[in-house]
Amino acid sequence: MSGMSGPLLEVADLGKRFGGFVALDGIDLSVRRGERLGLIGPNGSGKSTLVNCICGTLANESGTVRFDGKLIDRLKTHERTRAGIARSFQLPRPFASLTVAENLLVPLLYTVNARGGTNLSVAERDARCTDLLQLVGLANKAGHHPRDLTQVEMRKLELARAMATEPQLLIADESMAGLSQVEVAEIVALLIRLNERGVTIILIEHIMRAVMQFSQRLVVLVSGAKIADGAPDEVIRDPQVERAYIGQ
Amino acid sequence: MGFRVFLLICVVLAAGVFGMARFIGNDYAFFAGYVVLQFIVMAQAWNILGGYTGYVNFGSAAFFALGAYTAVFFHKFHPLPIPLLMGLGGVVSGLAGLGMGYLALRLRGAFFAIATLALAVVLQTLVVNWNYVGGSRGAYVIRPESAWLIGNYVHYLFLLMLALAVLAIVTARTIERSRLGYGFAAIRDDELAAEAAGVPTLRLKLIATTLSGAFMGMAGAPFPYYIGYVQPTAAFGLDYAVNAIAMPMIGGTGTWIGPLVGAILVASLQQWATVTISSELSLLVVGFLLVGFVIVAPGGIVGLVGRYLPASRGGRKSKRADAP
Repeated sequence: MSGMSGPLLEVADLGKRFGGFVALDGIDLSVRRGERLGLIGPNGSGKSTLVNCICGTLANESGTVRFDGKLIDRLKTHERTRAGIARSFQLPRPFASLTVAENLLVPLLYTVNARGGTNLSVAERDARCTDLLQLVGLANKAGHHPRDLTQVEMRKLELARAMATEPQLLIADESMAGLSQVEVAEIVALLIRLNERGVTIILIEHIMRAVMQFSQRLVVLVSGAKIADGAPDEVIRDPQVERAYIGQ
Repeated sequence: MGFRVFLLICVVLAAGVFGMARFIGNDYAFFAGYVVLQFIVMAQAWNILGGYTGYVNFGSAAFFALGAYTAVFFHKFHPLPIPLLMGLGGVVSGLAGLGMGYLALRLRGAFFAIATLALAVVLQTLVVNWNYVGGSRGAYVIRPESAWLIGNYVHYLFLLMLALAVLAIVTARTIERSRLGYGFAAIRDDELAAEAAGVPTLRLKLIATTLSGAFMGMAGAPFPYYIGYVQPTAAFGLDYAVNAIAMPMIGGTGTWIGPLVGAILVASLQQWATVTISSELSLLVVGFLLVGFVIVAPGGIVGLVGRYLPASRGGRKSKRADAP
């Protein structure tokens, strides 16, 4: 099934091992278009491994990943980005020698311009950069280098750079770690604004208040397996989830 | 400044340099100038891979020597005009760069550097055992007495290297301001993030190794005609590998101007040291300079100037705004 009718992302029976350690054990996950999905789990539960398998940074050993109805298992990371999957990193990874605006120019040149039929002019690229920087609140930092940014600004740059690929799916990997309450609220509001632009978002996060505020659906991973999937209010009351987080 | 204006300025400057050298009329100026120009090309070539993408190549001498031995091979097989030999040297070394890229570009940092060094050792061993191009005993290449229009053959070699230096500088500057340049910079800064931003990192790195190797090969092709006798220890010499790294590092990596400044400064200093002190000591001068710059000014001369000229810091955005 492809096109607008099916789910945007379909992960089926996904498996990944690191030596003897089972990082992902037959994960099934389906994400609808326009959805805001929260992905939670204790440290080492396989969240980042799942993201890496979806984005192509790691190769899955079993199972399949379908995006927009197409099998993408064999695609390289940049090909998946061009297909419409963007990610932000747990630890910000800016292009340090480039300015904030140039950080956005790289995905515009290599993703948007590389898609069939699109060739943005310099003026169009500048307009898109400005629009994104205004959206994330970094318009006044366009000419600065990432070293001049605060931690929250760095997170915003990560999200803006991911958004510059004009994705259908954005995976935000712990975009709020280490931020103050006010800053967390700012990032949640930003993610909701991005979602309102039609981008499907998977949020991986430990800050439960942010996850509950953001997510329309919650998926819980524990020891590489999915133990819960449903409405956030129901999932957090699930005895299995309580056990995983609080213990017996 | 647009491409055409920059090219015009380079051509006018190059014509001025050649005219000045002819006016002075000292043959040594041409001999020494040829070496300086050769190192400008080597430094720009190294910088395309090492400075722009961050992959340190310790095997520059191998690409240079491949160009030189391509010329030796054709000199024996079927003599060709030197500009054509430079093209062929570029093709052979470019292909070697592409091959090295396929084999070694999945390595990073010190591992990649060691792999490039190993390539130089392997190629030198092959040349040493290849009798057709002289093997370990070397090969003599008798250059013609004079060249058409130019007259003195060394003047002709100087002019060719001058043209190649202009080509290398213009290419490097064009890359820097292009989509390719942004891709290279993204790879240098963070390869994983670059890939996630849609940059086809492997393809771009292969372009960098091919281009870098090709320019080194083109620089090496006239070498047998310049020196008259080429042997593996000379063509694969340590000074080519060291200078190719040291000159961009001293001038400043990441921009075209750094390798240019570094090459002019260091190669001129070496030429001066060679005639006033000793040729062996000239490499020591480079060593001291390199150590000094790595400790005191890791950004090289360009970085040092940038630190004291605030206007140059913000220059990057406007410089690159015209990326096609």
